Order: sequence, then structure tokens, then C-alpha cells
Amino acid sequence: MSDLAQTSLWLLVILPAAVGGLLALTRRADRVAVPVSLATATLAVALSAVVALNRPSVAAPFMAGADFSLTVDGLAALLVPTVAVVTLLVLIFAAGGIHRARARFHGLMLLFASSAALTATAATLPTLLFAWEIMGAASYALIGFWWRDDDRMSAGLTAFVTTRTGDLGLYLAAAAALAGGGGLTLADLPGSSGGWRHVIAAGILVAALGKAAQLPFSFWLSRAMAGPSPVSALLHSAAMVAMGGYLLLRVEPLLTSTGWAGPVTTWLGAATALLLGAVAVAQRDVKQLLAASTAAQLGFVVMAAGAGTVVGGAAHLVAHAATKALLFLAAGAWLTALGTQRLAGLSGVARRWRLVGWSATVGALALAGIAPLSLWATKDAVLAAVLAQSPWLYAVGLVASALSAAYAGKLLVVMWRPVPAERRADVDAHHDEEEGTAAVNLYQQLPAVVLAVGAALLGVLALPPVRGMVGRAVAAASRPTPHRSNSACRPPSYSRSCSPWPARGSPSPGGRCAGSDWKPPRGCSSYGRPCGSPTPWPASTTRFSTAQSRTPQPRSSAWRMLPLVPTTAGSTAPWSGSPAGSVGWARTPAGCKPASCTSTTSRPLWWSWPASFYSSR
Amino acid sequence: MLTLIVFLPLAAALALVALPRLGDPQARWAWVAVAAVDLALVVVVWARYATPPAGGLAFEERAAWMPGVNSSYHIGVDGFSLPLVAMTAVIFLACAVHALRERHRPRIQAALFLFLQSVSLGLFVAADLILFFVFFDLSIVGMYFVIAGWGHGNRGHSAMKFFLYTFLGSLALLVGFIGLYVAAEPHTFDIPELVAAAPLAGRPPRWRAGAGRDPGRPGGEDPHRPVPHLAAARAHRRAAVGSAVLAGVLLKMGTYGFVRIALPMLPQAWRAWAWVVIVVGVVSVIYGALVALAQTNVKRMIAYTSVNHMGYIALAVGAAGLVAADTTQARTVAVTGAVTQMVSHGLITAALFLLAGVLQDRAGTYDMGAYGGLATPAPVFATLFAVGAFASLGLPAFSGFIAEFQIFTGSVAVAPVTAIALVGILVTAALFLRALQEVFTGETRGHSLGFTDLRSSEVWSVGPLLLLSLVIGILPRPLLDVIEPASVAVVDLVGR
Repeated sequence: MSDLAQTSLWLLVILPAAVGGLLALTRRADRVAVPVSLATATLAVALSAVVALNRPSVAAPFMAGADFSLTVDGLAALLVPTVAVVTLLVLIFAAGGIHRARARFHGLMLLFASSAALTATAATLPTLLFAWEIMGAASYALIGFWWRDDDRMSAGLTAFVTTRTGDLGLYLAAAAALAGGGGLTLADLPGSSGGWRHVIAAGILVAALGKAAQLPFSFWLSRAMAGPSPVSALLHSAAMVAMGGYLLLRVEPLLTSTGWAGPVTTWLGAATALLLGAVAVAQRDVKQLLAASTAAQLGFVVMAAGAGTVVGGAAHLVAHAATKALLFLAAGAWLTALGTQRLAGLSGVARRWRLVGWSATVGALALAGIAPLSLWATKDAVLAAVLAQSPWLYAVGLVASALSAAYAGKLLVVMWRPVPAERRADVDAHHDEEEGTAAVNLYQQLPAVVLAVGAALLGVLALPPVRGMVGRAVAAASRPTPHRSNSACRPPSYSRSCSPWPARGSPSPGGRCAGSDWKPPRGCSSYGRPCGSPTPWPASTTRFSTAQSRTPQPRSSAWRMLPLVPTTAGSTAPWSGSPAGSVGWARTPAGCKPASCTSTTSRPLWWSWPASFYSSR
Repeated sequence: MLTLIVFLPLAAALALVALPRLGDPQARWAWVAVAAVDLALVVVVWARYATPPAGGLAFEERAAWMPGVNSSYHIGVDGFSLPLVAMTAVIFLACAVHALRERHRPRIQAALFLFLQSVSLGLFVAADLILFFVFFDLSIVGMYFVIAGWGHGNRGHSAMKFFLYTFLGSLALLVGFIGLYVAAEPHTFDIPELVAAAPLAGRPPRWRAGAGRDPGRPGGEDPHRPVPHLAAARAHRRAAVGSAVLAGVLLKMGTYGFVRIALPMLPQAWRAWAWVVIVVGVVSVIYGALVALAQTNVKRMIAYTSVNHMGYIALAVGAAGLVAADTTQARTVAVTGAVTQMVSHGLITAALFLLAGVLQDRAGTYDMGAYGGLATPAPVFATLFAVGAFASLGLPAFSGFIAEFQIFTGSVAVAPVTAIALVGILVTAALFLRALQEVFTGETRGHSLGFTDLRSSEVWSVGPLLLLSLVIGILPRPLLDVIEPASVAVVDLVGR
């Protein structure tokens, strides 16, 4: 891989963080803040394009047993440009909306975006936690941006403490990963031994639910509306909340490997989509409506992670990012213009500022799930996978979809309803609860239009033929290494140190598909089912077998000598570990002897079925 | 080289005492200059440091002292002592810069702090128990005079209480050292020789346990025991630089004793008592955090978060004693985390105490309720305090995260029940954010009106401490590369 791509990946994280940190700490930088931050954000977009195309991996030694490593796989290649583009558009908007303490604002926003990009590319648990907590701290500072108001500071405190409660799960997961002998690399987590793998899954699940504002953590998101509108736009779309859903997609193989975590995740997502959807319908404040709808829409992403459709979830995440950023920016524009965010005060607002109004209409229609706009397609992809898991879940998802149509419809009605002359006074009475400028400037209109295009068109990610391409990229990414990947019929334990292979010599090339006499060692749970045997996963058998029942590679000692750690992506899967030169503990754990294989299972065989699923449709 | 580092401040202190006609500004700047030279020498040592073989020391110096009892002037550094020596030099330099505005007998203060710097550095490089003990007791004497001379409130009373508690503790320490001397064959006070011999290894458990406890908790400095802890809390009625030195440097002497003396010399006793240490650690973590949450006094709040942070260290070194197959890696990570935490806590807490001292200096009170909206008149102060608060609550990119992440992953991997200590980082987050909110945000009111922002001596003392914490948090390898070999060695020794 080219040095350019690797340098770009480092710069993508370091540049906004460094510029942001300096801006936030430097006083009297207000005058240069906007050009500096927009230039940085533009550069970040270019860098994100470079890394999305080249898929580099980089690492630096950090702590014993785990490097500070970043990698761009198919999933990250989708999310990193999303974060960069939304950040740029939001900062353009903020250039027209935030006039005081600009340096601090733009600095913190860049820091926030940088930590989100780092979260999306983190390859080890310490790296993830590093980014994850900085993201939380940046959100605290941004929600409490107007620090002279005590209630805004309290809202920031609530957000930080609530999400940090969830973060404790990540600390626990890191400890369990160390104890479990599988190493701290995210891609290796399903290889941890026995009970520890369940602890890891539970810890990560709690942390992700906290950030994604899913039940039971949803309450902090409502208070987070105390921050400026651009903050909400970024926090709800591409950073923070979205990263909670993203993490679950990232560790989907781990969730499914535990057996219980997948269904629990799906149900929690479904419950959030349902309840917060209902909450959104009942709101009288546009930002509160959008906040509740964010939690509800992230519920679909969480469902996708639980149901194993990484592609559908990722597409929904990206499409939702464009839609929600758009709606928050529109709400922010109206708030600065009219001084109110109450629905009663926004009657007919789309008629007054047509460009923003039409953009927001596109966003609201997309949110409602109207064909052919983006969220219609992505939500359908998620629900199709959920149906395969449980019809009840599917029903809950359908009701939640209906609720999203209801709250989006409510928003549309408010935006467009004409205000009769006799009720004009009632509407105006709500105006200027905060000081309004009665104008929407160009900085505020431009990002809305761009995002509206995205909200309309990003559904292609979930439609053929793009869906197949995305599916292949994402599925390739979730495999540990190519050498282990095309092995639908491999034995349950693929983890190198725990592999049963060394004890049993090289298996026959035919593997289990060819009817070899290989049997799982006693006590090994048997996710790795022989092809064609009855499986507990409805409808998945035929799908994966079409694409997956290739002949597994014979494993010899030479196979075991293959580098565990690819430093290039594209041809090899990047999510497998840290480059050579790192402290070797992660890969040769002392505690992982063949005996501990009794409870070691691989990720299920069908983790990559979305690719075949989509390409076969 | 090490001798020069240790005794240069002492020589300067004697010179300052001997020259009563020296003007106050000259005395202040002389202090800064000597502290800076000492730090420069430490940097040279760090640059030339090469990890010694297990059980060995770098920059070793040895001279006959009391040959009759096999005690010698034996000093040297390894992966545990070098980071603490460097931290000590940094903190004392920060204090020297901070005290550039001191009006109360600056010459004597400079001499006293230089004396304290010498004994602190001497303790961390000592490789002989008697030498260790002498430096330890001298640090208590030095601190007594700091509290009595520059404290606030009923300082004579505070100083006496501090002295009595810690001195009684140090007598127990001496008894333990003599026990080790008697048990060793041949009798010796030399630390590397005692480590190699593990003198009490064959004795009945009770005898080992009895002797094991004393060196395990030398003196009264370690605040995670209740009685001396009260003394420490009272002792915090003193000027900012004194607090910074007490919390930043002297508190580490107790935990340094754990990794330098107790773990390697008394492995069986340590293993037998590991759970006691873990419980003490977990209780300190949670108790310290909750009591800190209940404080309305900024300085007392910071003092109690120190109890919390030192609890993490106890937790980690306790977990290191839970010897079981396949946990070597986790225990090594825990010990590395504990030593990192000593450095990290020293830097961050010293910075926070220096900052809290600004409140007392400007408005005469540490009470949070007396302030509000302080960020308007004092933006630099607010920024630095916020950075210090986030560093202290363990935010990544600061050294506290490197330390606590390793402590938690190592300890929980060894003993899953210790996961309850994770609550500590949640409570500290809440209490620091609450303090930030009460003191710095909202409407400007109370003592905040007319508050003068930080002066340059205050910025230049606190800023570098926090910057160093940031550098360690982002690029931890230079520090961890020094600590890790020593952790591997000590975990190996405990497993004997």
C-alpha cells in the first residue's frame, strides 16, 4: 500500500485534532477560526476519500498487548467519508450561525469530528476507548457551549456521565479481552475463550447502547438539545450517536458468536425504535422531535447489527446521517431566524424560506420512509433481515416504521400549513423566545441543499447493484484474514493459538463439506455447522451455501506461519491485528492453550452471507 | 551523577540558609535555577539510561557507610525509580516557579523545599533500607516545617498531628526493616541483596505476615489507610506548593515502598495478603470518590480524589500478588499501570493543587458556593482547571487514562470482582464536572467578581505539568518502555 494512503489516515485523525485543540485553547483566534476550520474540514474530506479508496492500515506502539492501530475496511470506508462530509457541511452552516467564541466552537467541533473518525477506524480496544471517551468529552463541551446558562452545563454533564456509565462496559470488555487470551484487537474478539467472550460482548453492547442513546440510556439525548443546532446536527448524524450504532455493526461477528447478544441487541433496538418513535410523535418542539427520532432510527441500525445485516445497517446509518443533519440544520436555521423551535411557532415556515423548506421537505419525506428516498430502501434492507430472525420483531419494526412516517408527517404538516390571518398572532407569539434574525443566509442554505441530495439518493447503497458491491466490501472486512475466510466449513475454532488444528495435523482438503471425519473437540460449542445440516438460522443456509461452499484451503504448518497481521488492505482483510513489531502478547496469549478450546467458538459461518444474499437477489 | 542530583538541592539549601543577606528575589530565582539544573541532570540520566538486567540498577553508586551492620551508601535507578525521580524533579521545579510570587519568607521557604527535594530524590534512588529510612524520616521532618511555617488556619496543630501519625508509622517501618535484616543470611540492609535472598521465604506464614505488613506500608504517607489519611486531610490546610509536594511526591513514597520493597522481598507474605491489599484499594477507590463528591471545598475535594487515585495503585499491586497460572501478562500490565499512575497522579494532582491555591490566594476561600461564572473574569484559569479536571478524571489523551486503563484491564483480568472499582472513574467524572460547573460557569457572582486571572508564574508552573500529562497520554511508549521491564521483573519475583 502506498505511503500516501497511510499518511492520509494518520493525518485524517491528527490534523483536525491538532488544529481543533489549538483553536479551542487559543484566545483571540476568532477572526481566523472560520477559514482555518473550513480548510481543515475540506482537507479532511479529501483525506477521507483517499483512505476510503486505498483502505490503509497503520499502527503505532501504545500499551503492552495492544497497539494504537487504525484501519479502514469496507465498513469504515463507508463511514469515514460520511463523517468528514457532514462535518464540513455543518461547519459551513456554523460559519453563518455562530458568531461568538468561534474559535472555541470550531476547535471543539474539529476535535469531535476527529474523535469520530478515530472511532470509525480504531482496530484495537484501547484505540477505540481512546476515541470513544474523547468523543464524549467533546460532546460535553459542545452541549455546554453556552456555559453561562447553568441548565446547558447540566445537560452536558448528564450526557457525559450517562455515556460514561456505558463506557465502563468498554473498560470491562478490554479487561475480559486480556483475560480471554484472544488479544485486544477488535477483529480477534470472537476468538476469546469461553465466558470471557460473553463479558466482552456484554461490555461492548452496554457501551454502544449508551452512546447510541438506546434504551435504557435514551434520556440523555433529549437534554443534549441544549447545545447549538450545528452540534446537534453533527452529534445526531455522523458522530457520537451514530458511532454507537456503528460499533455494534463493527462487532457484529462477536455479538452473533455469543448466541444471546444478537437477539438481545435486536430486541433492544426494536424496543427503542418503537418507544422513542412514539415519543417523537408526541413532541411539540422540533428539536426534541428530531432527537427522539434519532434514537428511534438508530434503533433500526441496532436491529440490523443484532440481526446480522451489516450492510443494511451501515446503509441506514449513512442515509440517516444525511437526513438528520439536514433536518437539524433546517431547524437551526429557523431557530436563528425566528427565535423559536416550538412546532407551534414554525407553522408555514417552509413557505417563507423556500430553499431550506424544500430541502427539509425532502429530509422529512426520507425520514417518513417514502419511496424512492434513501431511508425507505435502507430500512427495508434492515427489516428484511429482521424478518428472517423473527416475525414478531418484524412486526415491531413495521409499527416503528409507521411511527416514523407519523412524526415526519407531523413535521411536514407544520412546515407547510398556511397560517390564516386570524391565527397569525398565535404563531408570532412564539417567535423571539430567543433573539431571531429574521433571515436565513447563504451559509445556512447551501449545506441544506447538499444534504437534501444525499438524503434523497443515498438509498442506492441498499439497492442493487451498489448493494452488492457494498455488501462484498463490508463482508470481506469482517473476516479475520483471507486465509481463514473462505472456509465456511472450517472447524469451530479458527483462532490461531486456540486452534485444534495443530493437535490434529492437517485436515483433509475436503474439510467438513467433503464429509471429512473431523469433529469438534469435546466441549467446543459448535457454531461451525457442516454445510447442509439443519441450522437454527432460518433461511440463511441456502444463501451462504451458494457463495461459501467452496473448498476450504488445506491448513498446514505453513498456513500457521502466515503473518497474522496484514499491513495492507484491499486484498487482505485489515481487521485482524497489529503489525509486526508490536508486543507479541496479543497474538500468543499465555492463557490460551489448546485445552481452553473447550469453550472457544468461531464467529458463525454465515457472517458474510449478506454479500451472497444481496448479490443473489 | 545520581549523588549530584540528590545532593545539589541540599547544598543549595544550605547556601541559602547560610546567606541571610541574600535578597528575596535572588533567593526565589536561585531556587528556580537549582531546580532547573537538577531537572536537566535528570533528563541527561534518562537519555543515557539503559535498562539494567533484572535485579540490577543503572547509574549504581556504592560507598561504605556502616559496614558493621552491612549498610552502605548504595544508590541507583531502575524502571520504577527513574520515572519517579523525573516526576519529583518536574514537580519541584513547578513549585519553584509557582513560588516566585511568595511574599512570606521566600528564602527560608526555598531552602526548605530544596531540602525536601533532596530527601525525596534520595528516597527514590536508595538501594539500602537504612538509607531509605533516613530519607523517609527526613521528608516527614521537612513536611512538618512546611505545614507549620506556610500553612493556613491552625497550622501548628495540623503540623503536629501530621508529624505524630507519620512518625509513628515510620517507627513501624523501622521495626519491619530490622526484621528483614535479622532474617536475612548474611544480615544485610542492602535492597538488591535482600531481594535476591527473599529472607522470610521459609518461615511460618504468621511471622512472614507480621513482618510483611510493615514494609508494605511505610510511614503514614499512604492515604488509603484511615488513620494517617485523616492526618493527610488535615495536613492539606497549607499553602498550594506544600500541597502539591505532599500529594504529588510524598504520597508516592508509600506506594513506591510496595513495588520496591514489599513485593520483591516478601513474595509469600504479599501473596498471602494480596486480597487484603485489594480490598483496601477498592474501598479507597469508592470511599475516596464518594467523600470527594460530598465536598464543597475545592481543595478537600482534590485531596479526596487523591485517596481515590492512590486506591487504584493499591488495587493493582494487590492484584499483582494473586499469582495464578496464565495471568502473568495481566499482572504485569497491572503493575505497569500502578507505576504509571504514580507518575500521572503526581503531575495532575500537583497541577490541581497549585490551581486550587489560586482561589485561596485571590479570594481567601476554597468554598465552591462562594464562586460562580469564574470563567468570565478568569478564562485562562478556567481553561487550565478544566484541562486538569479532565486529566484527573482519566480522559484519554492524558496520562491518567494510560495508567487507569492498564490498572483496570490488568486487575479485572486477574480478579474479575475488582470491576466494582470501575465505579470510581464514573464518580470522579461526576464530581469534577460538578465542580467545574459550580465554580466556573453560570452567572458571574460572589467572589468571582473582580477575580484576577492567572499570572505568568502560575501559568508557567501549572501548564508544563499538564502538558507533560498530555504528552504521556498520547505518546506513552518512552515512559512505558522504562517501566515495563521492571514490572516483568517484579511480577516474576512475586511469583517465587
